[in-house]
Amino acid sequence: MAPETTQGETNHFRRIVYIWIALSVVADLLFWFLVGPHVPPGRMTSSAQGDQLDFNILFVIGLPVLIGVWEWLAYAAFNWNAKKKDAPESVGGPKAWGNKRTEVSWIIVTSVVVVCLACFGIVELVVLQGAGGGEGPNPIWYPHGAIQAETAALAGTGTWSPNSNDVLPVQVIAQQWKFTYRYPTFGGFESPELILPDDTSIAFNVTSLDVIHSFWAYQLEVKADANPLENNVAFTRTQQLGNFVVRCSELCGLWHGAMFNYGTVVSQAAFEKWATATEAANAANTKDLPPFAWTYVPDANGAAGGYYPDGNVTPYSPVEIYGAKQPS
Amino acid sequence: MSKGGRLAVVLVAFLVVAGLVVFGVAQLLVPGVPGGVVNFTDTQAAGQPVHLTVQTVGSIGFGNHPTWVSYLVKNPHTGKWDHDTSWELPANTVIDMTVYQYDSGSPLRNQEWGQVQGTIGRDATLNGKSFKVYDSYTGNGVGHTFAIPALNLSVPMVGVAGNPCAVAPCHFNSPHNIETFSFKTPGPGSYNWQCFVPCALGYLFGNGGAMSTQNYMGGELEVVAS
Repeated sequence: MAPETTQGETNHFRRIVYIWIALSVVADLLFWFLVGPHVPPGRMTSSAQGDQLDFNILFVIGLPVLIGVWEWLAYAAFNWNAKKKDAPESVGGPKAWGNKRTEVSWIIVTSVVVVCLACFGIVELVVLQGAGGGEGPNPIWYPHGAIQAETAALAGTGTWSPNSNDVLPVQVIAQQWKFTYRYPTFGGFESPELILPDDTSIAFNVTSLDVIHSFWAYQLEVKADANPLENNVAFTRTQQLGNFVVRCSELCGLWHGAMFNYGTVVSQAAFEKWATATEAANAANTKDLPPFAWTYVPDANGAAGGYYPDGNVTPYSPVEIYGAKQPS
Repeated sequence: MSKGGRLAVVLVAFLVVAGLVVFGVAQLLVPGVPGGVVNFTDTQAAGQPVHLTVQTVGSIGFGNHPTWVSYLVKNPHTGKWDHDTSWELPANTVIDMTVYQYDSGSPLRNQEWGQVQGTIGRDATLNGKSFKVYDSYTGNGVGHTFAIPALNLSVPMVGVAGNPCAVAPCHFNSPHNIETFSFKTPGPGSYNWQCFVPCALGYLFGNGGAMSTQNYMGGELEVVAS
């Protein structure tokens, strides 16, 4: 653009660019160091931190664009105001029409930005343990040891202890209108409380007993639809103590709005203490629960029926419905 | 007919048709009679336990949906059974609850709800006997639960044989179970309560109808500062 313009206009353009660079660098640095660490959803889990990084990267790229537009508008308003005496001709005015250098530069810059963002987004999705989203019954991405932990959970031989670095499978069971959670490595007890150990890879196995719900733990950045007869698996790794909120994010009926609970990430020792205590306290009821399975078939009679395992024996296998067995 | 007369006829006809449509839609959208709020805040001295008595019936026997299963509450002021599931309770107060369960039961879809949770002492009494867990595969199963999800409170309502009481309120002569338990109300706010047994026969997965309509198998606790 500059060579076709007069010397005075070239100075305007350069001045705009210099101001833009300075403002952008300052704004990006301020955002990155002051705001970035506080951008939701926080850093409670690996997937949350990944999301925060994505937001921050997008913002750091977007800020210069925003500043450029605003700066140009402000510069034009002050310097190229038609009411101003001896106002110079504006940069980017009619003389820029058909300027190939301007057009090519614009296309290249915007294309590079968009393609880089697309590549960044894809790379961020293909991380070791997914991006916290439900990956269906056959996850493509999973953390080391997940398959072994899930297989052992189903067989009732899973173990977890502090510092073991084992993946902890947790089953999320949605029903109108509450989530309950089963811990297969602790005898398969079921609880309305979601307690997780810190510094641990979690395998959420999400299913439903009735209609479609969606398990959304915002601060964990885990979101997986809960479908009846489906095991929707999502992974994350906890890395910070604290409370988080679980909400249903799929309109599921009268009390959908009240279908939420609070969960907590606690130390590994505290988790083990809670899990073993709850396992003991719930033992009388756990024996009446169906054997742990990835999905449960509601009673064929519909109302008030039992819930029964579908008989799957391996994780991530297609769901096989054996029909509703009536209690003997 | 004059132009004005024709216009009036068209207008009246439009209003009649529109009124019928609105009435019809309203009947669909509001299947139950909206109730008020039964007030329990002035029934006891401050700090004293509040007594809350309800009954569950297999079929309400009146109204728009006489075959629907329902809860009823004993109005502390009139002593009569009200078909109302919104109750005003004092905050941070012990609620002594008595449930007359007149409905039949079956195995639970999720035996998790066979466990007494969230009550004081984490137990309840069934016909005078304390219990913490009820195996829904035994006896007459479980008919309903009284649950306040936000408080992680849930108590199974053990079923009776058959369903001899067809019109509410049911009389003590009909077969029934009596369950009692206590819980403490939290701070002021609205808390929904519901049944976790999908007991709406005839609806998909048993969760429509009475399970999805206020004044039947769910309601609200309006907890106010005491």
